[in-house]
Amino acid sequence: MPDATSAAIDALAARHPEMRPFWEAAAEGRFVLATCTACGRPHWYPRSVCPLCGSTDIDWRAASGRGSIYSVSVARRADPPYALAYVTLAEGPTMMTNIVDCDLDALAIGQPVRVIFRPGPTGLPIPMFTPDRGADG
Amino acid sequence: MTVNRQAYVVGAFEHPTRNAPDRSVAKLHAECALGALADAGLTLADVDGYFCAADAPGANPLWMADYLNLKLRWLDGTDSGGCSYLVHLAHAAAAIAAGHCNVALVTLAGRPRSEGLSIGTQMRAADPDRPDEPFDTAYRPTIAAVYGLVARRHMHEYGTTPEQMAWVKVSASRHAQHNPHAFLRKPVTVEDVLASPVIADGIRRHDCCVITDGGGAVVVTRPEIARSLDRPLVRLAGAGETVWTQNGGYIDATRSGAERSGALAFAEAGVTPGDIKYASIYDNFTIMVLIQLEDLGFSAKGTAGRFAAEGNLIAGQGRLPWNTDGGGLCNNHPANRGGMTKLIEAVRQLRGEAHPALQVANCDLALACGPGRVMGNGHGHATVILERE
Repeated sequence: MPDATSAAIDALAARHPEMRPFWEAAAEGRFVLATCTACGRPHWYPRSVCPLCGSTDIDWRAASGRGSIYSVSVARRADPPYALAYVTLAEGPTMMTNIVDCDLDALAIGQPVRVIFRPGPTGLPIPMFTPDRGADG
Repeated sequence: MTVNRQAYVVGAFEHPTRNAPDRSVAKLHAECALGALADAGLTLADVDGYFCAADAPGANPLWMADYLNLKLRWLDGTDSGGCSYLVHLAHAAAAIAAGHCNVALVTLAGRPRSEGLSIGTQMRAADPDRPDEPFDTAYRPTIAAVYGLVARRHMHEYGTTPEQMAWVKVSASRHAQHNPHAFLRKPVTVEDVLASPVIADGIRRHDCCVITDGGGAVVVTRPEIARSLDRPLVRLAGAGETVWTQNGGYIDATRSGAERSGALAFAEAGVTPGDIKYASIYDNFTIMVLIQLEDLGFSAKGTAGRFAAEGNLIAGQGRLPWNTDGGGLCNNHPANRGGMTKLIEAVRQLRGEAHPALQVANCDLALACGPGRVMGNGHGHATVILERE
């Protein structure tokens, strides 16, 4: 019998059952990173095998949600335009994402950002980022 | 086992069409196959090895083998995106050296122009089982925007400028004016490139390759057969292939798989970048030419923008004559895959069959390379080094 969280798993996510804890956390607004308990390093995107050392001992650990823009490109031909970005997380890995709730013309490499969950194309909340105005510096 | 210098490219054919609404993909593959075999002086009956990538109908070698009724004993459907055909050349050389086949045919064809595919600004349907897919399409990483990320990071780290990137397009356009089949034949200036609209920050329209229908093919064979044919002897001297992964999220967007595939190819050929007389470098976007120039060792990291802006890519004046057919930026980018046309122009240069205005004197050593597919910052990559015997 489906539980409350399974209703939040869409058809795409259901094809990747190992990632279920990620979506369950996302539904609660928590950003977790697949982290290898053997080498201690988080990776992105989440996998069942550590791409850095090959261990299958993967744990889901709470991330700070903080990071900085590694690179950003606003898709100007889209209607409306949107910002595609790489964000380097405070924990180390860099992930592809979107920057939202921002002035698209004021985004810069190095700018501090923090995670914000927004519905993806299927309605499932996915991690995006927004300028972190409370960040030091 | 080294297989270098035992495989010869004896046939090469680039389909003249750039817009083929009247032809099926299978017919385009077949016309390319026949063109390359005719160039070699061989026939379909001689082919016993067939190589193709996912652009072939059915995304594997079986349907084209059936369409052409090939009697095969070796098939290879490796798909590494746009660089697949460079991979296939190396695989054909290995198969020939191992005795698996004598005459290898490699084909590419497609018709994205007729099908109205705006590949740079629209998302392609992705395989839902791709492991990164839950974190990919959702963010709308169009090809132009992904290379925009790459360009902006390269600018940030090394001070590369839009003007320097524009020189890549300017160089390609100066070559394309001599190619009657080129999709874009009009020479452009740096100002023209900078005045073209921004597609995604870091990428203007003139930084992007063209979208064309068409294709190409090559025929590869062993030394004894090559010497029996009435064609210049062009052989594979070295090859490298790799996949440049996303590295678990620990990326450097300013580097490419050319770093690894190039090193492998140079080592196998026993030559250095300074020895190369002509280079075909896959130009899906201008920034990728700069990055590959650096990763192959033609220009130190962070300096390829200056290298291009000094006119070094222009045949007749620069240090590294490059993409003398006009490349993907101006000539042709059939099936959104640039590896085959890179290989074909390198063969033309080595044979002395490039346009007279652009033919490199005494061109006896050439390189062809390129990336394939887009996995965020990751991609396949292949490099081949060919020589005139």
